[in-house]
Amino acid sequence: MEHFTPVSAAIGGTLIGLSAALLWLTNGRIAGISGIVGSLWSPRTGDVAWRIAFIIGLVASPVLYATAGGTIPKITIPASSVIVITAGLLVGFGTRLGGGCTSGHGVCGLARLSPRSLTATALFMTTGVATSFVLRHLIGA
Amino acid sequence: MRSVLAALVSGLLFGLGLTVSQMINPAKVTGFLDLFGDWDPSLVLVMATAIPVTALGYAVARRRRSPICSSDFNLPTRTQIDWPLTAGAVLFGVGWGLVGYCPGPAVAALGFGNPATVLFVGSMLVGMGTYSGLNSLFSRQPRHAL
Repeated sequence: MEHFTPVSAAIGGTLIGLSAALLWLTNGRIAGISGIVGSLWSPRTGDVAWRIAFIIGLVASPVLYATAGGTIPKITIPASSVIVITAGLLVGFGTRLGGGCTSGHGVCGLARLSPRSLTATALFMTTGVATSFVLRHLIGA
Repeated sequence: MRSVLAALVSGLLFGLGLTVSQMINPAKVTGFLDLFGDWDPSLVLVMATAIPVTALGYAVARRRRSPICSSDFNLPTRTQIDWPLTAGAVLFGVGWGLVGYCPGPAVAALGFGNPATVLFVGSMLVGMGTYSGLNSLFSRQPRHAL
């Protein structure tokens, strides 16, 4: 467990929780990123601006943090392009079909004790660990 | 206008949380998913702190009839554990395990211009669009989930 970073994880998690609480209290919306982004494919009148604003904030924040002198972890993705494309397609299609991702089901859904979200979170955690095991310990990628 | 500003602040907070917790780095996530290697439990702690703070916000909201800048609380209405939920979660988990990106961190990392991040988000958008296309083909009532 040499890479465990408990303090930054707890601070970051608290900020994510504040974000989700704020979006619910102000907009009455679940802070699920796959839903916020994916629903733009089937836009409804009056339901677009807040989504775009949230996404702008999400993208700008890490850059602003880095500009302000914050330490940004170096992003390294060792996977091949074929794997990256496959992963992206699966994540995009799967989160829309399943109605949520790590934020929508994993944080917001669990926070309101939703049985659907608990089921989804247990499933994507399990298949995530299984995929990682096959990739890193069986195939050795 | 206030609702759009609030959404912007919420997005900024969300991105800051992902950055500070280092979740925008897929290596932190693959380190968590690799239970049988050098396990990194940071993601558990991110969720374990995010969930109660979110729950607190939801509890405060229960005293209100409507959100501060909007007319309704958009609570997910479905309660049934059906095949789209389970199949979708399984597919998502496989994709997540392959690279270590879920939608939030991938979008948040876009600003650093890593080509693999851009390729991932582009593919993710295609996957989401494919869902929306199929969904409008096969059903008259679009699913507006989370």
